[in-house]
Amino acid sequence: MANTHNNEPSVPAGPEARNPYMQTLRMLWNDKLAFFAVVFLIIVLVCALFGPYFLDDLATKQNLRGRNAPPFDFSKDWPFWLGGDALGRPLLTRIMVAAQNTIFVAAGAVFFSMIIGTSLGLIAGYTSKTLSQVIMRLADVIMAFPSLLLAVIVLFMLDSSVFNLVIVLAITRIPVYLRTARAETLEVRERMFVQAAKVMGASTPRIIFRHILPVVFPTLITIATLDFAFVMLAESALSFLGIGIQPPEITWGLMVSQGRPYLTTAWWLSFWPGLAIILTTMSLNLVSNWMRSALDPAQRWRLENVGKKNG
Amino acid sequence: MDNHLLEVKNLSVDFHTSFGTVHAVRDVSWHLERGETLAILGESGSGKSVSASAILNLIDMPPGEITSGEILFEGRDVLKMSPEERRQLNGCRIGMIFQDPLSHLNPVYSIGFQIAETMKAHGRYKGETRAKTIELLKRVGLPDAETKVDAYPHQFSGGQRQRIMIAMALALKPDILIADEPTTALDVTVQAQILALLEELQQETGMGLLLITHDLGVVAEVADRVVVMNSGEIVETGTAREVYHNPHHPYTKKLIAAIPGEGEMATQLGKTIKPILEISGLSKHYGRFVALDDVSLNVLPGESVAIVGESGSGKSTLAKTVLRLEEATSGKAIFNGQDLVSMDAKDLFKVRRDIQMVFQDPTQSLNPRMSIYDVISEAFVIHRDILEKRHWKARVCELLEQVGLQADHMYRHPHQFSGGQRQRIAIARALALEPKLIVCDEAVSALDVSIQAQVLALLKKLQDELGLSYLFIAHDLPLVRDFAHRVVVMQSGKIVEQGPVEQIFDAPREEYTRNLIAASLSPDPVIQAERRAASKIQQGVTA
Repeated sequence: MANTHNNEPSVPAGPEARNPYMQTLRMLWNDKLAFFAVVFLIIVLVCALFGPYFLDDLATKQNLRGRNAPPFDFSKDWPFWLGGDALGRPLLTRIMVAAQNTIFVAAGAVFFSMIIGTSLGLIAGYTSKTLSQVIMRLADVIMAFPSLLLAVIVLFMLDSSVFNLVIVLAITRIPVYLRTARAETLEVRERMFVQAAKVMGASTPRIIFRHILPVVFPTLITIATLDFAFVMLAESALSFLGIGIQPPEITWGLMVSQGRPYLTTAWWLSFWPGLAIILTTMSLNLVSNWMRSALDPAQRWRLENVGKKNG
Repeated sequence: MDNHLLEVKNLSVDFHTSFGTVHAVRDVSWHLERGETLAILGESGSGKSVSASAILNLIDMPPGEITSGEILFEGRDVLKMSPEERRQLNGCRIGMIFQDPLSHLNPVYSIGFQIAETMKAHGRYKGETRAKTIELLKRVGLPDAETKVDAYPHQFSGGQRQRIMIAMALALKPDILIADEPTTALDVTVQAQILALLEELQQETGMGLLLITHDLGVVAEVADRVVVMNSGEIVETGTAREVYHNPHHPYTKKLIAAIPGEGEMATQLGKTIKPILEISGLSKHYGRFVALDDVSLNVLPGESVAIVGESGSGKSTLAKTVLRLEEATSGKAIFNGQDLVSMDAKDLFKVRRDIQMVFQDPTQSLNPRMSIYDVISEAFVIHRDILEKRHWKARVCELLEQVGLQADHMYRHPHQFSGGQRQRIAIARALALEPKLIVCDEAVSALDVSIQAQVLALLKKLQDELGLSYLFIAHDLPLVRDFAHRVVVMQSGKIVEQGPVEQIFDAPREEYTRNLIAASLSPDPVIQAERRAASKIQQGVTA
């Protein structure tokens, strides 16, 4: 075959030619709140990954002289700067070690419920009516069943391991993503660009993943970050009932509930792990907010143009 | 003081956006007398609505800011009035009707309640609001006003809703009625009725009518004087006749030259060619409702066939059925020897390459999250056999240049383009598959007149170069007159009449076609005045 594309127009270099990582970093730096949120989340992640390796001994060693030690006593060793718990274990290291279980349970539950819920929601929204009905009634059943009761039953029958906890929490949160994904899909599928893709002959998976999912995704990621906090607290409730994480394993939620009897005398027992939960959730929210702008081509300029106004 | 009813003097409005300040309106002055109709004519983004919004205090401030000027209503500057005084003016002395009556009527209240609300808000007609409301609805020509007063907005047609909006605006007998594109969303025959109603009411009450429009036909039909606006400035003022027959400013000249329906009509192609698409006996039922009833038509290679009709005539359903976006109830559509209606998914996939569609609203038909390159190259991703991957970029460049855009536009996203440019992108996407037939569903209806002309010229150029056939669905008859080889007129799912464009426009056989052509407005005020006189005589004869 002769080369028919001899006189091709020269292809101009687009913005992709610039380093995309640097561009993302610059957009992150332009939203200072999101930037610090990311920094905080990285610290939490480092604690979760390496904390138990280096600090496990420190976090579990009892020191009866440090029982309910007040915070900000800088004459003590650094682990005690946030105070000590009822058995005299340093709170700071305990929080760092507990990050692993907490993040694993919360992230695992949110991740699985989001993946399963979104897939089912897209299927229910885009394919046949019968399938949609079956999926939606399934979701109704899960929603109608008290989630705590479900967890209690499942965890009594199975072991109360971290992995089982993740599964139970994931199941109870599936309907949230399912219903949102389906509702948005029903709206987006009627939009013209979906029809245009159909006219071009695009397959169903392509329409769902290339055209519908990117439009639905920002909503779901926002719900996921909010759910993160919910799952953390649900996990602590289960731990409190004695069917979640069991001591000597620790999570932030468990630390909050362990500190509850001492609230009037030693507030810091519950306060610091509670603060960790709040800051993590808030950071996730800020990052998801940033991501929504960064992922939307029509909104991205808000992050790119900062600081250029005077130029 | 001078005796103008309403006068806008040197008005400038800025909008402060994060991209810098936009001067929406610059140093604009015009005035309106009692019993007079003033039309503000301009394309989208010309600032024609901004000065009217300023009168009614509808500009959001910030980001908007009135930087200079005054608006005198009976000699008093409304911009210096207190908010309470302005509220008394709005609705009471100055009424307004909008383009889309459905989005301006609250769906959860009955129309009677909503009209009465205007009266209650200003404390008028206590105790007799209901009687007044019914009287108003009768006045604007709504049938069965006594029973319909308790109906909800969704139970009315578009034309009826606009009548209700007019009744609402007239509830307190305002001195000025501002109509912002009052007939743009309506069919031509309904448009003619609404304009006639507005004129009648004006003669009855002696109010001043301020008409904001982009349509020269509307101007010719009702306006006494015209103000032509372009990018925030007034470029020309004068009586409707003066401006049409003797435009001074180059922009006005360009605008008038772009009006469709004046050029040469295309001659019919030879009948001996084998049709590319043969539709026969096509029907589509939604439950009991018959959307398409036994429709048969042919499209020849290289031919443009226009399908015209009012909303609800089934013209869009026809397009969707041919493209298999909807399943037909019965009938055949033979394309290249294969029946589109009954073919299986595998054959359909192959045929998709040959039949493409350009949609009405390019804002919605392009995925906002994909770059232009992704939008156009999707065709190659789906149909792998068109082109090797290494040639994709070059082909996208070529296509963009073919539709009059630049190659480096491929890295941008749809929101960075104007409406006309977006429609060009949509056409480039359709061309990527190298189709033989393109279905244009109201492809230029959402665009400004001058842009319409450009896009139509592009479509014609592509037809000459590539031998494309078009199935061109439109409600705008003048557009069709310039573009199509043959015209098919549809009404409530049936074909009323079809034939070569000259026959349809010069010698229509059916009553419905004649009405449709008569109802579309000529941009020439003189011709329009003659037509009106003629129709009045005719009405006098029949009455």
